[in-house]
Amino acid sequence: MDKKGLSEITKSITDLIMPFVFMFGLYLLFFGHLSPGGGFAAGVILAGVFILITLAFGKGGVEIYINRERSHLFEAAGALLFLFVACSGIFTGKGFFTNVLHQEFGSRYFRFLSGGNIVLYNIGIALKVMAGLFMVFFILSVTRVVLEGTKLKMRRRK
Amino acid sequence: MEIKLLPFFVILPMLGAFVILLLNALIKNEARYTITDILSNVIVFILFVLSLSVWNKTGFYIVGGWRPPIGISLILDRFSGFLLIIVNLVAAASALYSVSYMSRYTARRYYYALFLLMIAGMNGVLLTGDMFNLFVFMEIATISSYALVAFGTEAEELEASFKYMVMGNLAGAFILFGLGLIYSRYGLLHIAQLSSLIVERDPLVKFAFFLFLAGFSVKAAIIPFHAWLPDAHPSAPAPISAMLSGVLIKALGVYVLVRIFFVLFPEPLVRTLFLHLAGISLLAGVLLALGQMDMKRLFAYHSISQVGYIMLGFGLGTPLGVTGAVYHLLNHSLFKSLLFLNSGAVYYRTGTRDLEKLGGLNQVMPFTGASTLIGSFSIAGLPPFNGFFSKFIIILACWQSGHPWFTLIAVLGSVLTLASFLKVEKFAFFGPLRQEWKDVKEVPVFMISSMVFLALLCIATSLLFLPGLREKILLPAAEAALNAEAYRSILP
Amino acid sequence: MIYFFVFLLFAIGLYGVCCKRNIVKMIVGFTLLDYSVFLFLIMIGYRKDGQAPILDRKSLLDVFVKQSVDPLPQALVLTAIVIGLAVTALMVALAVRIYERYGTFDITNIKKLKG
Repeated sequence: MDKKGLSEITKSITDLIMPFVFMFGLYLLFFGHLSPGGGFAAGVILAGVFILITLAFGKGGVEIYINRERSHLFEAAGALLFLFVACSGIFTGKGFFTNVLHQEFGSRYFRFLSGGNIVLYNIGIALKVMAGLFMVFFILSVTRVVLEGTKLKMRRRK
Repeated sequence: MEIKLLPFFVILPMLGAFVILLLNALIKNEARYTITDILSNVIVFILFVLSLSVWNKTGFYIVGGWRPPIGISLILDRFSGFLLIIVNLVAAASALYSVSYMSRYTARRYYYALFLLMIAGMNGVLLTGDMFNLFVFMEIATISSYALVAFGTEAEELEASFKYMVMGNLAGAFILFGLGLIYSRYGLLHIAQLSSLIVERDPLVKFAFFLFLAGFSVKAAIIPFHAWLPDAHPSAPAPISAMLSGVLIKALGVYVLVRIFFVLFPEPLVRTLFLHLAGISLLAGVLLALGQMDMKRLFAYHSISQVGYIMLGFGLGTPLGVTGAVYHLLNHSLFKSLLFLNSGAVYYRTGTRDLEKLGGLNQVMPFTGASTLIGSFSIAGLPPFNGFFSKFIIILACWQSGHPWFTLIAVLGSVLTLASFLKVEKFAFFGPLRQEWKDVKEVPVFMISSMVFLALLCIATSLLFLPGLREKILLPAAEAALNAEAYRSILP
Repeated sequence: MIYFFVFLLFAIGLYGVCCKRNIVKMIVGFTLLDYSVFLFLIMIGYRKDGQAPILDRKSLLDVFVKQSVDPLPQALVLTAIVIGLAVTALMVALAVRIYERYGTFDITNIKKLKG
């Protein structure tokens, strides 16, 4: 019997439903401009998936999927994606933050591409929110700050 | 006329912050610290050059192709341009200083990322023409400063940051409430359009006005909303104290108060309120500072008092008063950040900020001693330095508009400021050199160069009192602050 | 009349911030305070017998404009919720670190800075 994490029932149920919750988060992300949802709500649910894995399997279980270095990478990548898409208006000469793809692809309402730039914004926001919330949870629960010599360092709990 | 450079004041520091985080996540060896330092200094220097290039121009930029008042527009007038130069100047000096100072802290990537985000937030507040956008940029800058105040994660810094966070968050909630009230009545959030709509004496608008006053006075640290400042400013690392005291309380507090209350709610009640609060701030700040023995805490209390001088000038409402206030805003940013950087230099070499333990540092740290002397004489208002001229203009404006009691308070505040800075000089720099400080050396070259640069500027800006330079540099900014009609006419 | 309950919620949040001694209770008070302001902002945009501001394939544009609630406060509140989340996360992180340093959550014992 593995002592880390919660009981066997929780672990098997988490194994079963985890991909479905992830898929639901992705649905909110990609259809955020057509129905309620959007980048922020999708990011929160995606972070919730990883928090669920941490609760059920312990810190060793979640490191297969995402650890601190990779979440730093996701966070910076999400923010840079948002900034570059926002600057795409400057590169095509129309002004900062203009919805370039919407003006190019016309107004095909209720289709996936009708939002234009908004899909890319949603992806950037969701990456950043997911990485940020997961890191907040991970750092607060798994690490603590100890005094080593004269410097303060962050160490994992045993 | 449209200025295409305006969004870059916000894009560049944000880009820098996220690229720094990305590079630090990708590169694993020791070179990442040098790359981070170089990248952030280059970005802040570019911002400073950009702010000099848009000085004394007026213009706008429409974001996203949506026409105002539906869309957000960035509006630059002469007052914003003046403050932009001040913000980016102090940021450049602090960034250069923190190359050496922050080598003793871990997690430098977070420091530079938060620092650049704070600059992005402040530039955004100065440039935006939309109320909610102002709130968002203000929150970006404020949240970055919460994290930067707690950067060392010692016990006292965490407590100071928590106090700051409680008061700042409450202020943010009040401001959002006021925003909701204004939107519910007028349906618009665009400052220039709102100013032509708000003409009647509506109780809802008055309630929103008081909520804004409370919220933004917390950010500007006017008494009675000042209680976070004496704890938060000493606890931050020295370059962040310089930024907080030098520009944050002015860009987020004084600038927004002047914008909202001179453009949106132009009433005489406002000016009287500013006058009285400023007078109390002046006296209370300097009286509380007299008894302090911690160097940075003394400087922080003096920040409250000098912001009182600035609000006194704005509260008078006459062109001379506002010119004095704008001049004092420039001067205070320069000499207060110089003083905080000096206290950081003392802390870097001696490890203490307590005045009773220091002594005779002039003999071992000549550059730090000289620049602290220049800073102290500037803030106390001694003649060849800039503080004398700006306080002189404010006192003259007080006397001319018929407020004799406020003139007396301003003069008294100046005398007491001189007293407390003589105390700092005597305890820390003059006097016999103590045994434990005999081996102290001067600080590294980056820190010296940024302190000397600010000290030279303190001497150079005293020339702005001369009538020729004053007409060209200060008067346009002062007139732009007072003139609501000019602000409304920038957008076509 | 409904706005009275929003102000009541604001007052309860303010009570939680000002009068409670435990840091975690202060954080809960802040959450209540912030959310009451967001509720106020959304309720401003309400229109009597209004519908959600989401276009369907079957809806006509002019009927939609006359009947939907105002979507702008909803966008404002979405942004403000994210800001509130960031501040709450920062406050909670500070509370955890304060506990590691001082050993207590009671604000009357966290008094190293005075004067």
